[in-house]
Amino acid sequence: MSETVGEPTASAPAGAGPLLKVRGLKVHFPIVKGVFVDRVVGHVRAVDGVDLDVARGSTYGLVGESGCGKSTLGRAVLRLVEPTAGTVEFDGVDVASLKGEALRRERRRMQMVFQDPMSSLDPRQSVESVLLEPLAAHGVTPEGGKDAHVRRLLDVVGLPGSAAGRYPHEFSGGQRQRIGIARAIALNPDLVIADEPVSALDVSVQAQVVNLLEDLQEQLGLTYVVIAHDLAVVRHVSDTIGVMYLGMLVEEAPSDDLYATPRHPYTISLMSAIPIPDPDVEDRRERILLAGDLPSPANPPSGCRFHTRCPFRQETRCDDEVPALRTLAPGHRVACHWAEEVADGRITPAASAFDATAVPTET
Amino acid sequence: MGTGTSEELDLGQAPGRPGRTAYDGPLLAVDDLSVTFTRRGRRDVRAVDGVSFAIRPGETVGLVGESGSGKSVTALAVMGLLPGRGVRVGGSVRLEGEELLGASDDRLRDLRGREMAMVFQDPMTSLNPVVSIGVQVTEVLRRHRDMTREQASVEAASLLRRVGIPDPVRRLKDYPHQLSGGMRQRALIASALACRPRLLICDEPTTALDVTIQAQILDLLRQLVRESGTALLMITHDLGVVAGLCDTVHVMYSGRVVESAPRRPLFGSPRHPYTGGLLASIPRLDAPRGAPLHPIQGSPNDTIPWETGCAFAPRCDHRVDACTTSAPALEVRGHASVRCWNPLPPPGRTAAAQEEDA
Ligand SMILES: Nc1ncnc2c1ncn2[C@@H]1O[C@H](COP(=O)(O)OP(=O)(O)OP(=O)(O)O)[C@@H](O)[C@H]1O
Ligand SMILES: Nc1ncnc2c1ncn2[C@@H]1O[C@H](COP(=O)(O)OP(=O)(O)O)[C@@H](O)[C@H]1O
Ligand code: SF4
Ligand code: SF4
Ligand SMILES: [Mg+2]
Ligand SMILES: [Mg+2]
Repeated sequence: MSETVGEPTASAPAGAGPLLKVRGLKVHFPIVKGVFVDRVVGHVRAVDGVDLDVARGSTYGLVGESGCGKSTLGRAVLRLVEPTAGTVEFDGVDVASLKGEALRRERRRMQMVFQDPMSSLDPRQSVESVLLEPLAAHGVTPEGGKDAHVRRLLDVVGLPGSAAGRYPHEFSGGQRQRIGIARAIALNPDLVIADEPVSALDVSVQAQVVNLLEDLQEQLGLTYVVIAHDLAVVRHVSDTIGVMYLGMLVEEAPSDDLYATPRHPYTISLMSAIPIPDPDVEDRRERILLAGDLPSPANPPSGCRFHTRCPFRQETRCDDEVPALRTLAPGHRVACHWAEEVADGRITPAASAFDATAVPTET
Repeated sequence: MGTGTSEELDLGQAPGRPGRTAYDGPLLAVDDLSVTFTRRGRRDVRAVDGVSFAIRPGETVGLVGESGSGKSVTALAVMGLLPGRGVRVGGSVRLEGEELLGASDDRLRDLRGREMAMVFQDPMTSLNPVVSIGVQVTEVLRRHRDMTREQASVEAASLLRRVGIPDPVRRLKDYPHQLSGGMRQRALIASALACRPRLLICDEPTTALDVTIQAQILDLLRQLVRESGTALLMITHDLGVVAGLCDTVHVMYSGRVVESAPRRPLFGSPRHPYTGGLLASIPRLDAPRGAPLHPIQGSPNDTIPWETGCAFAPRCDHRVDACTTSAPALEVRGHASVRCWNPLPPPGRTAAAQEEDA
């Protein structure tokens, strides 16, 4: 055991540039069929060309419908799945080029928090052994001994020291998520990817975990990528938000701008569909309804991938020309051919977008 | 593509049934309902404990509360769908004045087809996986609306189309696993609507769905209530859904209703500390960012039995001495009914001014 880990402390890495730099990232899963011999009949294009930067000490939120590729993107950054193409640079180092010891060392600096606190914890493992496991795996000796380290971690996430000898099933969902977070920060990482960290929790408990994540970021200088489908939660915690649709980023903006001036028709529709716990607001709002379901990522639509559901779709360009992610305002990127016309009201949504019984035609 | 023909949502006026005497009470009246699960060798679980509420035709009533608070068990008790063994049910459930607790299985089955229907949280478990969508919907039509096979398939296709399912004639032949989650939930709603129920219970109908699909389905329900006068009981933990859909809201905690109010006062000036706590703990998309959230401490597991006090007391920051010695009753306070020894002050009143009143 050569390395040590001490008090969790603020340790935002000092280097210049973004902590995480993703370029042209693609993850395609083969679709395999066959009775005797497996044959690849196509690919699920889970992530299909994503560029993004995450600044040190900041929180990047990733939102989008289920199946749009958020989790796969997060897992590819940590190399829990192998990217099909593209690069992931962590603190200036291309993660894909790393092997063996060097990869293990970098991995230590990147951790993940999962959605379902129960299924990500081994029911037969005591909390203490859950928290010591990452240390053992990386051959790290805690400063001041194992007991002190476990108690310190529990304290940081707001659990009593007596929790150490207990088992995951003895805890509530919120407490289990605290254990999952304690495990993620056990090695004093720089980057934490949290995949739906609160969506399995009761409403009254979600805020506890959100606040804990924010406190830890302040204390430990963590950089977060927070993946969630709940835009209100994501907006609350994030500095920058990326909106994904069918494996691609369609819009990226500072958190406040995204809510104040959403530019992509998908973001505009999504925003209008999120229920707000205020009857006055709900009664005044006009919802833009999207027709149909998310198309299959194995066979994404041509041109703009959103064109089969887009209430703003135009006769030209939308169906056959892939829109580039263009910078329209500082830090605000949008992948829509008609973003300017949509923004200034020259293009308005089709009437069917306001009628729940409008029947989408098969695509 | 993407857009399509729009059509009137003519789901049919829930017809007045001939041969009934005029009745002007609520369509559904639940009174002092209690449900206790008794399993041998286990402590009894009182899942629902003295719950009362009513729904009028054309009214949408919300039941909110966190996991395990008794929402689904309440709904199952109303529908007569609780298991026959190991359950003790008390109180009264009346549909248009007719008592359902203790009614025969035949009678309940008949009412479930004709007068009331339920949409469950998980559409996969409530659609029969080995029967095509078409057969599932036409069965209801043939049994309860006495249609011929041909009439039923025409009507079934039209129902699917009206809930926004594209290419309905082809879809009738599909099995549930061939549909996406959103389509399955629509198919389930179509089959619930097939008998033109006068009472529709939706238990978390959109929780498993994406928000864009949720918006479609909520709009459909809104339209249904408005145009056919259906009485809707909406069960959800999403306060945003409640704010946009429900006329009256009942907040449940640990088996009891702790606050009942029309939606505006409920959101504008919650009186029960649990309701207030819930509203303070959720981030709002339209609120300024950076404002800290105020979580409720502890978890829903931290309760004390209602017999010994207020079940919410271990988590309540408004607790007073009485809270852990005797159970508060549901009392009328302004627009709301509140079960609390020390409710939050009404708007414009400080806690101090309120204490002076006491
Ligand atoms: N068949 C059963 N046998 C024993 N206990 C049960 C049974 N069904 C429900 N319960 C218990 O009754 C209580 C209320 O359950 P219910 O399903 O009504 O909760 P809910 O409010 O619908 O929660 P959720 O939001 O998770 O759906 C819980 O404590 C639950 O464990
Ligand atoms: N290991 C895998 N093998 C095959 N397909 C996968 C795998 N993981 C994810 N997918 C598919 O990739 C797409 C994106 O999935 P995911 O990243 O989990 O979406 P999200 O997290 O946004 O809900 C989905 O269509 C999903 O079914
Ligand atoms: S490019 Fe066309 S289809 Fe795509 S989002 Fe813009 S308007 Fe809609
Ligand atoms: S009765 Fe007491 S403990 Fe219960 S909610 Fe009211 S103030 Fe809180
Ligand atoms: Mg996911
Ligand atoms: Mg339930």
